[in-house]
Amino acid sequence: MSYGFDFSSVLPFWPDLLSGLYLTVVMTVFATVFGLVAGIAVATARRSRVKSVSLPAGIYVETLRNTPFIVQLFFLYFGLASIGIHLSAVVISIIAMVLNVGAYTGEIIRAGLDSIPAGQLEAAECLGLSSTKIFFYVSLIPAIENVYPALTSQFVLMMLMTSVTSQISTEELSGAAYNIQSTTFRAMEVYITIAVIYVLIAFALKLLFVGLGRLLFRRKRALRNLSRVRLAGTQAVAG
Amino acid sequence: MRSLGTGDYLFLLLAMRWTIVLSVGAFVFGGLIGAAVALARISSVRALRWLAIGYIRLLQGTPLLLQLFLVFFGGDLLGFGLGPYLSAILGLSLNAGAFLGEIWRGALQAVPVGQTEAARALGLGYRARMVRVVGPQALRIAIPPTVGFLVNLVKSTSLAAIIGFVELTRAGQMLNNATFRPFTIFGIVAVLYFLLCWPLTIVSRRLERRMSVAHKR
Repeated sequence: MSYGFDFSSVLPFWPDLLSGLYLTVVMTVFATVFGLVAGIAVATARRSRVKSVSLPAGIYVETLRNTPFIVQLFFLYFGLASIGIHLSAVVISIIAMVLNVGAYTGEIIRAGLDSIPAGQLEAAECLGLSSTKIFFYVSLIPAIENVYPALTSQFVLMMLMTSVTSQISTEELSGAAYNIQSTTFRAMEVYITIAVIYVLIAFALKLLFVGLGRLLFRRKRALRNLSRVRLAGTQAVAG
Repeated sequence: MRSLGTGDYLFLLLAMRWTIVLSVGAFVFGGLIGAAVALARISSVRALRWLAIGYIRLLQGTPLLLQLFLVFFGGDLLGFGLGPYLSAILGLSLNAGAFLGEIWRGALQAVPVGQTEAARALGLGYRARMVRVVGPQALRIAIPPTVGFLVNLVKSTSLAAIIGFVELTRAGQMLNNATFRPFTIFGIVAVLYFLLCWPLTIVSRRLERRMSVAHKR
């Protein structure tokens, strides 16, 4: 029980931690952007009336959601190497993350699309909007708006998932920490340090998503303000 | 480099037992922690609430991989080496406790306040209120998301492989190191995980649907 903590031995390695942090952020950004696109594609495919489109999408979602990420990662990393395709660990990690998170966001966005009342789409058709406009402005954006909290917490989970990619020698934050502890033998100090960094990234990411939501979904804010004004009006009359 | 034999397939199948043991163990201990966290989270004592929130933030804000490392190396350095088996169960339980705590808090809070007020008006104490009034009603709400979380728990046991726990993933890794047939081996490993998780996914989906129908009525 007499372990002396010594964080000063970790301090000289801050450039390694910084580059690890940078890689974690880069991977998260890539996986978020492409994961969102993949999710939209998957959700649309799963809702398709054409069976040969919806069925493969369903199989994809079920497979990816019911197997561990680390197994998917190994399958890709070692599998591709065994047939002679050598990609860098970072590239494979990002591909695996996009494939994985696409299955989750696909289901979330599908729930969002299902929540759009049919009448709204019919109304848009009656107004003569083009089908691309209907898809984007009447279907997709309000759908994402409805499931925005679930979607963003999925991306935070995905950020934490980047740590698993250290297992195929990606030198993101956890990988960097592993290297540092193997030279300094100060495992506790290093891991506590990066634990704090992860908590901070998760917090920053959540703040970012809240801000982004405010920026993107102005309509919701306008509606909320409107109802507040109305509420105030009725109160004034009642009072 | 040797080829794959029947014994190897059996090795994977037997390793699946440890995945199941790990999942059950983490669910039992994680459930105990989760119950405590959920109760603390809705407690009337502010210090308890903050403590629970801090616990949840910490464990949901850091990767499970890191938590496993901290338990594994931390135990060693502080002088009570737990070894990979106990470390994995402890780490997974601590992690599951945070997630189950949040799920169950939601279930407890979904029970109408009137129920608590009525129970209090009848003179029931805290324990009787929780066990006989709020608890049973919350349980019904909690079951579908809890089963859904079990899928995540089974999958997260795969990370125990990195601290040397020979469960399904680690067995696959060892076999792959010896034979280098990654597609076959990790394909089988994935299928075995799928067989464990998919039934749970289906049950949770069915329960959720039944719940939402019950709510509409």
